[in-house]
Amino acid sequence: MSMEWEYAPAPENRDIARLKSEYRMFLDGEFVEGAGPGLKSINPATEEVLADVSTAAPSDVDTAVAAARRAQDKVWGPMPGAERAKYIFRIARMIAERSRELAVLETLDNGKPIKESRDSDIPTAAAHFFYHAGWADKLDYAGFGPDPRPLGVAAQVIPWNFPLLMAAWKIAPALACGNTVVLKPAETTPLTALVFAEICAEAGLPPGVVNILPGAGDIGAELVGHAGVDKVAFTGSTEVGKQIQRTLAGTGRKLTLELGGKAANIVFEDAPIDQAVEGIVNGIFFNQGHVCCAGSRLLVQESVADEVLGKLRTRIGRLRIGDPLDKNTDVGAINSAEQLARIRELTSSGEVEGADRWTSPCPLPDKGFFFAPTVFSQVSQSMRIAREEIFGPVLSVLSFRTPDEAVAKANNTPYGLSAGIWTEKGSRILWAAQRMRAGVVWANTFNRFDPAAPFGGYQESGFGREGGRTGLEAYLDV
Amino acid sequence: MTALEDITRDEASLTRFLHGLPGVDAVGLEQRAAGLATRSIKKASKRTAIDLAISMVDLTTLEGADTAGKVRTLCAKARRPDPDYPEVPSVGAVCVYPDLAGLAVGELEGTGVGVASVATAFPAGRAARAVKLADVATAVEAGASEVDMVIDRGAFLSGNYGLVFEEIREVKRACGTAHLKVILETGELATYDNARRASWLALLAGADFVKTSTGKVSPAATLPVTHVLLQAVADWHALTGQLRGVKPAGGIRDTKTAIRYLVAVREVAGEQWLDPALFRFGASSLLNDLLMQRRTQFDGHYSGPDYVTVD
Repeated sequence: MSMEWEYAPAPENRDIARLKSEYRMFLDGEFVEGAGPGLKSINPATEEVLADVSTAAPSDVDTAVAAARRAQDKVWGPMPGAERAKYIFRIARMIAERSRELAVLETLDNGKPIKESRDSDIPTAAAHFFYHAGWADKLDYAGFGPDPRPLGVAAQVIPWNFPLLMAAWKIAPALACGNTVVLKPAETTPLTALVFAEICAEAGLPPGVVNILPGAGDIGAELVGHAGVDKVAFTGSTEVGKQIQRTLAGTGRKLTLELGGKAANIVFEDAPIDQAVEGIVNGIFFNQGHVCCAGSRLLVQESVADEVLGKLRTRIGRLRIGDPLDKNTDVGAINSAEQLARIRELTSSGEVEGADRWTSPCPLPDKGFFFAPTVFSQVSQSMRIAREEIFGPVLSVLSFRTPDEAVAKANNTPYGLSAGIWTEKGSRILWAAQRMRAGVVWANTFNRFDPAAPFGGYQESGFGREGGRTGLEAYLDV
Repeated sequence: MTALEDITRDEASLTRFLHGLPGVDAVGLEQRAAGLATRSIKKASKRTAIDLAISMVDLTTLEGADTAGKVRTLCAKARRPDPDYPEVPSVGAVCVYPDLAGLAVGELEGTGVGVASVATAFPAGRAARAVKLADVATAVEAGASEVDMVIDRGAFLSGNYGLVFEEIREVKRACGTAHLKVILETGELATYDNARRASWLALLAGADFVKTSTGKVSPAATLPVTHVLLQAVADWHALTGQLRGVKPAGGIRDTKTAIRYLVAVREVAGEQWLDPALFRFGASSLLNDLLMQRRTQFDGHYSGPDYVTVD
């Protein structure tokens, strides 16, 4: 007789987040009220208002850029690398010390499961600061010539999918290379960036080195188009990335863009099937599929397609969807009503265009923005669900017959951010990886991140690299 | 997939089949096992898990120093693990050497607790076939309801799959109605690929259970290798509709670890396997930790090792 055994709710205590009712922007070392209209950040899992957040107006952008310029000219730029490193190491340690608080806050504000914010987002954010702190006094040896100079003031705009981690990706290399920063967090997820600002203040970082200005897209546009900045770094949609590139054309300001993706996860018939299934699940359901490098297109060799699909459905059926604060939740809430509407619109296009839809039978919470994991099979390259970035827990499955066909289909996209290759055959990994037009190629794994590994895209997925020695180039005058 | 008779027709086709099984990527497997081990099992779910785990324990003594007295006390413990709490379930089985099986059978008659006996020149398995089969016969004639055999790891590692297969078949025949658990000794097979092949080999030959280890070799049971065995019985079920069991043995000493195994059972094989007929822990010291944790859950405070019986 098998026994009924359900997991009891295991919610993390939300008080750990030390949530405040109001958050203010961080400008020139002070927390100040912005002149913008303000915003309310909500918990996407419950739709409750978490906090009022003051936002920047264009005048605040001017002030922040001026403060960043002053700090760069007078303090941070001239400071020896070894001294800068001390501040960055201190920030890294403080993130690690407050990791539990940051993880719970991130989950409240973003909707991602606590196990991901706790085990992935926050530790990786700290790791980026640790890694780049180590570079600060070794830039002479980074391969960019002796004594490479910083660019100046960096304007950085980040998305809502990994709020603190994206801030770390942007800020850590900028500071290590001697630049100062004005960063705009996403409208729906500003809270952890503002706690990060507290950390900067407590670490004694000189005023103006880091400025955090919450706001909507108009403030992002104001910031990246500001004549006082030397460098723009943007992570977000391809559409906005193109606008930014148009704005900056001819200005001589440096730009790096990390945009959308429609990554192929290629499963060859000689793959380690069970681990490939794990990799497919991790590739598309990690962070509810709100991942620019998500493996949203599964390309599976026809000879093993039925086996893989069968196992995939069993596995997906066991994913636990619900309260993001529950330590056993695998898939949390969609970040916003707007994103949920987009996912719904694209999935219904998949049905209309004739793909076979399978949706996990898992129960969904009554409140909040949730979307059950969904797999489309019988997908052809011409369908929207095979071409457009859904940015949600929706997988499109296509099949192929030969390795050449796999490569051709994988590359048949205007994007080119990441790709996955699953085979037990080493030579096939190398053969396929050489042919992938993607900035990151994972072999027998997916969605693995490390500050030492450069990350970035081809074509409409953007340009420039973040992380590793290569990533320093984007913040040095070389 | 080819029909099962075709796979086992001769050694060449058996080898082709086993070598044609999908490989196991060690990094991915270990990552998955570590990920599942972070499940947080609390409150009512922990209490249920503890009782479930108790009912799955094969309470084991496999020492040269085993005596009738030792086996008697062990059987008493198996029947009633915590005398202060009569509602605690009895364990799945008691596991002893064949020469003590008869004694255990007498002690446990009518209790529903099984008697498992190791056999086939446990733990090394280095004896003539006739000796191994005689060992099995001893256990079965003594009334053991379960036989835990060891495979010939030497033959397996030298690619002599036919020999291993035949031996399991013969032991299965010798078992009669007794359930056969096949110990793969994954610590000696070394790779996860081998663990998967050996699992399939045992299932094809008629194993009712696949079991990780004798407990005499390090490493014994690990979470990742148990994932491999659980996946094999789940795949076997998908292919044939038959339910076969898994028994990790050795090194599972505390409640926390046991619950991690139950999570793996639930999420890798499926809820159907949360059943003492399909999952067992080969363990000796685990039971007392389960009982201590059970008391902590029900009494609301920790009481310590002096409050559970040492047998």
